Amino acid sequence: MIRERIYAIRSRSVCDSNSAVVVNWQIARMRSLSLILLCATLIGSQYNTLRAAQSFATTINSVQPKMVKIYGAGGIRGLEAYQSGFLISPVGHILTTWSYVLDTDTETVTIVLDDGRRFDAKLLGADPRIEIAVLKIDATELPFFDLDSAVDLSAGSRVLAFSNVFAVAAGNEPVSVLHGSVAANTNLAARRGAYATTYRGAAYILDAMTNNPGAAGGALTDRRGQLAGLLGKELRNSLDNTWLNYALPIPEIKASVDEILAGNARPISSAPDRRRPIESITLASLGIVLVPDVVSKTPPYIDRVRPGTPAAEADLRPDDLILFANDRLVNSSKILREELIYIDRIDEVRLVVQRMQQLIEVSLFAE
Amino acid sequence: MNKVVHKFAIIAFLIPTFAMANLASGQVAEAVRQAEQQRIDAVAKAVKSAVAIFSADGNGGGSGVVISPDGYALTNFHVVQPVGDYMQCGMADGRLYDAVLVSIDPTGDVALIKLVGREDFPVAEMADSDEVQAGDWCFAVGNPFLLASNFEPTVTYGIVSGVHRYQEPAGTILEYTDCIQTDAAINPGNSGGPLFNAAGQLIGVNGRGSFEKRGRVNVGLGYAISINQIKHFLGYLHSGRIVDHATLGATVDDDEEGRVVVSNILESSDAYRRGLRYSDELVSFGGRTIDSPNAFKNVLGIYPKGWRVPLSFLRDGVRHDVHVRLAGVHAVEELLAKIQEAPVEEQKPKRRPGDGEQPSDDQEEKSPANPHGEPAKVPEELQQYIKHRSGFANYFFNELHRTRVWNEFHDATGDFAASRADWTLAKGADFAITLGDEKSAIKTATATIALDRGKDLSEQLEPQGSGGMLATLHLWRRLLVEGPAAFGDVVYLGQAPLVGHDGLHDVLLGTYDVVETHFYFDLTSGELRAIEMTPEPGTDPCEIHLTDYREVAGAKLPHRMLIRHGDSIFLEIEIDSIQLSKPDKPEA
Repeated sequence: MIRERIYAIRSRSVCDSNSAVVVNWQIARMRSLSLILLCATLIGSQYNTLRAAQSFATTINSVQPKMVKIYGAGGIRGLEAYQSGFLISPVGHILTTWSYVLDTDTETVTIVLDDGRRFDAKLLGADPRIEIAVLKIDATELPFFDLDSAVDLSAGSRVLAFSNVFAVAAGNEPVSVLHGSVAANTNLAARRGAYATTYRGAAYILDAMTNNPGAAGGALTDRRGQLAGLLGKELRNSLDNTWLNYALPIPEIKASVDEILAGNARPISSAPDRRRPIESITLASLGIVLVPDVVSKTPPYIDRVRPGTPAAEADLRPDDLILFANDRLVNSSKILREELIYIDRIDEVRLVVQRMQQLIEVSLFAE
Repeated sequence: MNKVVHKFAIIAFLIPTFAMANLASGQVAEAVRQAEQQRIDAVAKAVKSAVAIFSADGNGGGSGVVISPDGYALTNFHVVQPVGDYMQCGMADGRLYDAVLVSIDPTGDVALIKLVGREDFPVAEMADSDEVQAGDWCFAVGNPFLLASNFEPTVTYGIVSGVHRYQEPAGTILEYTDCIQTDAAINPGNSGGPLFNAAGQLIGVNGRGSFEKRGRVNVGLGYAISINQIKHFLGYLHSGRIVDHATLGATVDDDEEGRVVVSNILESSDAYRRGLRYSDELVSFGGRTIDSPNAFKNVLGIYPKGWRVPLSFLRDGVRHDVHVRLAGVHAVEELLAKIQEAPVEEQKPKRRPGDGEQPSDDQEEKSPANPHGEPAKVPEELQQYIKHRSGFANYFFNELHRTRVWNEFHDATGDFAASRADWTLAKGADFAITLGDEKSAIKTATATIALDRGKDLSEQLEPQGSGGMLATLHLWRRLLVEGPAAFGDVVYLGQAPLVGHDGLHDVLLGTYDVVETHFYFDLTSGELRAIEMTPEPGTDPCEIHLTDYREVAGAKLPHRMLIRHGDSIFLEIEIDSIQLSKPDKPEA
């Protein structure tokens, strides 16, 4: 800001340089302005350092109205039926973590706003590759984080983590806030194998214990409350039983969110203007046999791969879980089958499968 | 000219650069130094009052904080439970002090202990914890993992993560209501220790954390009992009793419109007698707005059994403001049984101070008082401070305060032990009230009402509508003449508010002739301010408020009495003559 002010002063002085009187006046004014700037800078630097020692209460109060509590599936065998999220539009778009909590067709996903209002949420789309999802509630004039204004953090940056960790807050109670610093700005893939995660991208590694039950989907902000990241899921190192606290930087997930908001992540089978080819591709023509579809949302796990088929050539294997077909999320056998109906038999089909903690992308043409 | 302009611009431009150069060269801005110094000063001030508690037999321990120069200190119930009557307390000055248990609040997980040996203990300054906000800096002081071999406490810094949190009992008796959540590390051994604000003022007592799959170590969520809740209980905690929490006798729920409504109510509750009914909407309780069931539980949790708390509710759009007397959560026997069952959450440290640094997971350490593992005996000089009685944590302190209250009353109003003959209170020819051991009566121009000493007082609630005015006055005289030792069973209840009067009052609870009577004494003047006689549980007491104390035969007695029963004033009387006839020396 000081730079901008100096720039403005310099521009103005050039414009006024035609008259000596004006110039003298201008010089005097510049002197006083410089003195003011000097004082302001000194006071400002003192204020900033004092501010570092002061309460975050005002910042936190400005962030809390953007936070939401999410309740959905789970509640058994240590799987919590809640997580966190935050508003990313004034009309009720919510960014959160893609997890089993949202993966429900029998139960409603409930959103509780900071003011205690409750809404049923619709899943607009998800990107399991980076474990994010966007929900939508029917509301307007909501406070929100603008993803375009998200800030970048470097190691050492002081951060605040907002989440409904352990579901401590209920109704209109504000979510929990933890403070800490970015310990490293690095790539999570470096620890793949030790930590059970499919995410390979950049991550803010945090020195605070931010990633606990229910914290996933929470907001990581800088100390001024500006959005910087999305709190990830709990991540345990199976080798030494240590836990990693991290957040996904907003730039890492922004493109996926935009895709979801643009409607590109939804199964095309759910689109109103769908068009079917004359002859569709089928699982049989690819050589894929899924596990029997016995429950309402059977995950599309591959049961068998018939030898000599495109699937076998692409090295697809039993127990691979199909996540995407032509970049569209397919979170059940039924949706996968429906999705294939809209792909022409002569066209390429790109599948993303999860094998253990690896994501593998293959391109197939039917036989 | 342009050069001139540029020069100023450059000067202005250089300022932040210069400031950065200062930082780069290791010079720190004055404001940062000041902030750092403030933090150092706050910590230095705060740690002095912290206490590391060790059981005498090596089977428990935790932390605490001294709150009065004569050594009263707060800790958790779950810290003292396995420790027993006597413990040892290390302080930041490196000295070890003996301490005894005073009182416990098992539901609120609070205990009061008393350190002995000094009258000038360093004391924690209490703040108003309702002023605490999420985002405020705070720090916990204590002895996590018993790291401090020289009793120098560990300080963990953090922020307040949330306020007015409700943490349900979750299988234990310990219920944390209206508590402060912090990300300052609270670990085993921190229990009972203080949570301070950035100025080093006491805002809470740490005692609980959210633990799950990562073992019993801090995961960023610790909880402190707010100091404001403890302030409400503190008078009770000095009583040596086992203190109970309160219930409204009604449960609440939120309806579809988000209103907090009564979902169930006991007809025997005071709330019911004050007019609260099923489906009424609660709007305010204890002076706080109620907008969720948790908000209701939070308010309920910060008040002790027996307190009268303002309650406002809506019915058909009409607001009703009442004061409700809170009943106990537990029956006495139930509370005693639960205390026996209560789980011990604290680690069992066995460590000898002065042994030097040891690994925190070392389980083979020795306690300070018990290096050889023998059963700990209460030192002889401490035995005088410990007295057992069922229902009490330490009856010694109950007697201590009962005597204190009585002595203060004596000093304020005089000694009535010699005034054993009948007393007469009268106003001209309007009425005369006679109070005596054998006969008590009210005589007006048209009627005479007398107590029948052959019947229980609980059956004689005359005059009708008063709730037992004559019986209450009879008991009043009995206490003044006999004193608390001979009245019946008299215990010091603690301190409680009195509707219509500011502040708290010392309360003696007397049981005589099947009725319970509360005597409220003014903390400043020592005068007896009110009497409440409850003929049987679940009924409204007869309340007599006593004012206008004037000289009578060398003593002072009230000349104005306001008699209340239920929601209405029964009578207000002025007395113009009081005669305390003595058998051997009748007063004029």
